[in-house]
Amino acid sequence: MSDKNEPLVRVDSLSVHFPVRNGIFGRSKRTLRAVNNLSLTLNKGECLSIVGESGCGKSTLALSILGLQEPTTGEIYFEGRSITGKARPSRLERAGMAQMVFQDPYASLNPRQTIYTSLAAPLRLHGVSDRKEIAGRIENMMQLVGLKPEQAKRFPHEFSGGQRQRIGIARALILNPKVVVLDEPVSALDVSIRAQIINLLLELKEQLDLSYIMISHDLSVVEHMSDRVAVMYFGQIVETGSWDRVFAEPQHPYTRRLIGAILDPVTELTGQGPVDTREPPEPPPGYDYYPREFGKHDVYSLPPSSQLVALRDDHSVRLIARG
Amino acid sequence: MRIRLNLLIGGVICTVVIAAALLAPWLAPTDPVLDADLMNAELPPDAQFWFGTDAQGRDVLSRILYGARISLAVGIGSQVINTLIGLALGISAGYFGGWWDDFVTGLTNLMLAIPSLIFALAIMAILGPGLVSLLIALGLTNWSWTCRIARSSALSLKKQGYVQAAKTLGYGDIRIMITQILPNMIGPILVIGTLGMGDAILAEAALSYLGLGIKPPFPSWGNMLTDARELIVIAPWAAIFPGLAIFVTVLGLNLFGDGLRDWLDPHMRARQL
Repeated sequence: MSDKNEPLVRVDSLSVHFPVRNGIFGRSKRTLRAVNNLSLTLNKGECLSIVGESGCGKSTLALSILGLQEPTTGEIYFEGRSITGKARPSRLERAGMAQMVFQDPYASLNPRQTIYTSLAAPLRLHGVSDRKEIAGRIENMMQLVGLKPEQAKRFPHEFSGGQRQRIGIARALILNPKVVVLDEPVSALDVSIRAQIINLLLELKEQLDLSYIMISHDLSVVEHMSDRVAVMYFGQIVETGSWDRVFAEPQHPYTRRLIGAILDPVTELTGQGPVDTREPPEPPPGYDYYPREFGKHDVYSLPPSSQLVALRDDHSVRLIARG
Repeated sequence: MRIRLNLLIGGVICTVVIAAALLAPWLAPTDPVLDADLMNAELPPDAQFWFGTDAQGRDVLSRILYGARISLAVGIGSQVINTLIGLALGISAGYFGGWWDDFVTGLTNLMLAIPSLIFALAIMAILGPGLVSLLIALGLTNWSWTCRIARSSALSLKKQGYVQAAKTLGYGDIRIMITQILPNMIGPILVIGTLGMGDAILAEAALSYLGLGIKPPFPSWGNMLTDARELIVIAPWAAIFPGLAIFVTVLGLNLFGDGLRDWLDPHMRARQL
């Protein structure tokens, strides 16, 4: 139905700013700039990873895409339809578009509801009233995420962390969304469980024709899952491109630092990392990466004016024009 | 195996008090109002009058049994009103935040700053004595703690993943508050509710003692204490037994509330299985 060239999700110059009050009686007002003029696209069937340190605005971006955070300026389009601003769809309408898998599997399930209730309630809310159909869909979903259907009768505290994350995935998928936002989907799990969950997510993506937006600061997880990556720093994308390109030839000093921070046995033993993270490559003529003092930049002021410059294919890096 | 002793004892006490209140017409040996007999006034406890008689010669036991009806009605009724007000204001304030939260917090602090008994006294003075006035007076004045607990619980619960998930799944705000937030704060609210029931019974006693609660000759534990005040040296049983009834009932409610909280918490339940 939608235009072939239209991506599944398009974020157009999104800014999210929060007023912060402090001082006596909230007299001094500052603006926390979580996301600054950010644009990105997600194509169908793709896994786009958004990486960056805590507080860089990646969670705010995710909440905006899910409709839980109203943008200050900018628009988000889903299959060409704006989901922000005055004509935004209701929560009920939006539920079929994007869902989320949460970081903490312990806090993401209502401790007073059985798994069955947690999965059946959204179905009923969305007009599925036939008991048999509900039971069938839940049974199906439990099997899809690798759990036994009869386990649905249990309460969340009767499951392990990995099982709970599977339930979280089941809940995110029960309404057949097109986009799933994965907020650090494995960072709260045991290392031994992580691979299982990553593989499950990859299988489900193929089986159910899903598109993922993954938020992470763990590049070793990103490496396994993503097609494209966007590196975020102070509410902006500083480098973006296909994962192998960015990983092989990181340009921006911040990207290089992130990649240098991956724990890797080879690096540990030989002292030879995948990339030399100390010396960034020369920026293209006429540009700088960012001013030296940018490392001390704070979230209350606007970052210096800069632009994403395409290097090769879709690999681009944020640069500041010199002079 | 550990038995929940507080729930058991509290439950037994509450059951006995409720049974006494419900079965008062059959259990009471005499009529609490009409069977006044000055020939039998101020008799100490004996085989005929187990708890003795008061200044009018009425059986103290019968009056305590009938008084339980008033105390329970006031305790339960006013606490239901308090809890509903506290929950509605507290959950919405914590969940929505903003000016509504400021308003509710201000109102709560105002209510906490006025001693609730004085406030109830003022309402009683306007409405006049009687059971309905008591329910209104005590039901409108003791919701601040429920409200505070509901607000702070809602404030922390709304950040939980499952509340965020409910939003992305399309739940409306009211539905989220009722199905996701309310069930997860029911423990502390029940505890506050049962403790408040004890408070309400004590407040009823105080108001009746001051002559603003239940009008004599109908018995309530509070006005029995008033009547017994002048006889405290001659006929102490007339004061001791209603006092004991208040004490035991409030203790039972407190134990029951505590036990209920443990029992309702799914984590605690799992640990004991």
